[in-house]
Amino acid sequence: MQFWIIQGLNSLSLGGLLFLLSSGFSLIFGLMRLANLTHGAFFMLGAYFGATALRSYSGLDIWVAALGAGIAVAAIGGLFERLVLTRLKTNTLGQVLVTLGMSFIISDACLMLWGGDPIPVPTPQSLQSPTRILGFVFPTYRLVLVGLSFGTAILLYFLLERTRLGAMIRAGVDDRQMARAVGIPVSNLFTIVFCLGAGIAGAGGVLGGPVLSAYPGLDADMLPLALIVVILGGIGSLLGAFIGSFIIGFIYTFGTALFPELAYFILFLPMIFVIAVRPQGLFGRAGA
Amino acid sequence: MTISRRQFVSGVAGAGIASMTASNPVLAQNSGPIRIGMLAAKTGPLASGGIDMDLAMTMFLKERDNTIAGRKVELTVADTTGSPATARAKAQELIEKDNVHCIVGPLAAFEALAIADYLNEKEMPTLGVSAAEDMTQRHPSPWFVRLTSTSAQCAYPLADYAAKDLKYKKIVTLADDFAYGHEMCAGFQRVFEDNGGKIIQKIFTPLTTPDYGSYVAQVKNADAIFMGYAGSNGFRFLRQFIEYGLKDKMAVIGGMTALDESVLRNMGDEALGIVTTSWYSAELDNPLNKAFAASFRKQFKYDPGYYAGGVYVTAEVLEAAIKTIKGNVEDKKALMAAIHSNNVDTVRGVVKLDEFGDAVGNVYIRKVTRKDGRLVNSVIKTYPDVSQFWTYDKTAFLKNPVYSRDYPPAKNLEQ
Repeated sequence: MQFWIIQGLNSLSLGGLLFLLSSGFSLIFGLMRLANLTHGAFFMLGAYFGATALRSYSGLDIWVAALGAGIAVAAIGGLFERLVLTRLKTNTLGQVLVTLGMSFIISDACLMLWGGDPIPVPTPQSLQSPTRILGFVFPTYRLVLVGLSFGTAILLYFLLERTRLGAMIRAGVDDRQMARAVGIPVSNLFTIVFCLGAGIAGAGGVLGGPVLSAYPGLDADMLPLALIVVILGGIGSLLGAFIGSFIIGFIYTFGTALFPELAYFILFLPMIFVIAVRPQGLFGRAGA
Repeated sequence: MTISRRQFVSGVAGAGIASMTASNPVLAQNSGPIRIGMLAAKTGPLASGGIDMDLAMTMFLKERDNTIAGRKVELTVADTTGSPATARAKAQELIEKDNVHCIVGPLAAFEALAIADYLNEKEMPTLGVSAAEDMTQRHPSPWFVRLTSTSAQCAYPLADYAAKDLKYKKIVTLADDFAYGHEMCAGFQRVFEDNGGKIIQKIFTPLTTPDYGSYVAQVKNADAIFMGYAGSNGFRFLRQFIEYGLKDKMAVIGGMTALDESVLRNMGDEALGIVTTSWYSAELDNPLNKAFAASFRKQFKYDPGYYAGGVYVTAEVLEAAIKTIKGNVEDKKALMAAIHSNNVDTVRGVVKLDEFGDAVGNVYIRKVTRKDGRLVNSVIKTYPDVSQFWTYDKTAFLKNPVYSRDYPPAKNLEQ
């Protein structure tokens, strides 16, 4: 019983972490039709920013650090989009390649600035003591992480479904040409969405930090996970990214616990299944 | 003009023989500098260790004014990026373009294995720091030596200490799921179980594990866990282990890279009291190490660990050998013979080589304590002259298969 509850909570917290990672990726992919391979690097950059800020200012709140890192990474993402990606807008493959190049640049820059050692992102003082549930313990921060991902999901839902900006983004995702024809400034929209996606990744890096730490290679560890979630959930679908994150969280956690020999490809099983049966993803639209 | 493969091969082989016969008279004049090549992963996930290797080697040479046995020394550092393919290309570059006389490195076992045949074929004196067991056991090379340790060599004394001094009965081992982790846990298990202990669970986690939570929750109740991790993974695992409140219930002990100085400098009080094993500690109380550690700390603001210490020991042994042959590094056979025959006093204590090219030297049991505000690995027990075969019979040892995930078989696993 304890096994199922603990691993169930683990699955939820991993799912929450994956949503913070992949929601931005999905947004960008959906609107810009661009697999942004810099996304893992944005996540890592956020983790490093957070680790440094929390180390330099001991009284700093992790939430403030996450917000700050999110804004900083969003700004970097915005510059990258404006200065580089827009110049390649007719060349999608070129764009993908340039995002890959950018991820190399960021990871080497991180190595120069922060060195090769892993740097911890401290767990907030108030959340350090484990929570007792039915006689066993579970790290409090992981529970908070689940709540945070739900909060982020709700915020993004309102942004996309209830605001004018969200309506424009949805229009752009559904039919870019038509959106342009009715006067939606798609190019500006691209920049905004890219900033937003990068910012969520940056903040996610800080919030995931107490579980993951900041270390060289974090980017390469995270990027495939974002891809898997988005392919599973469906490109450009917020609900897809949300459900996909938790499905992956459960499959990974219980898979590695029950069948340790499958640890290497357990993540890819649901993806293969979805590609075979429903290529557009669980919540993606056909032809999107 | 076309050259057939046969012509090409015979031409190259002929050139090789010609240069071998010509080398002694021509190059005995000791003309030009001694060229040392170094293979270190200075970018990518292994960069922390590779950068330390570079710093230690450069520091060593600077202390000697870049001169050994009256000849100038030129160091060429090649970045392997932690990838076997790049390591192969860089090794070739060092040998064929830079004409180095010997190579120090590379860092990781999978890099070393990727270039082992090539270095052997080129008869290139190589002083490695990577730990793969068979490089000095079932497949030794006359051109390869290692002054640090095999994967399991330092785990033996810790297993002995855990069984006899700490009196642990049941231990869970955890490590990265690759050869280094398999070999280290296997060696630990063998000695621990030969001394009456039981390994009740062995967990190997993939090198890229996004979340250690699901593994932490699987750890069975035991006296202690043994961490065979290297680099940032052990650090990340340990943090989760503590978050789950398990460090209060079970002791933590670790292998030679689990709480290396490079990991320790980013940890806090949670590391206090953890016992690990290594052939080195920045805290070793001998005059050579006191000077080295203090000088390293002064220049780079942190303690030297496995890779900095390992390369420094290697450089000390190399220097002694070059002095023995009076600087005539062109005679590669004499250089290897000198490396093999010398007993050298180094920062890790006196070290000598067995007939397979692996170090025989002290191994230290260390405990994390706080000193002058920083965390250090204080030495609590010394096992003198530990060989890669521990106390086992060499011939019987080599007849067994190499250590792996499943060898020796774990008979005491709890379901």
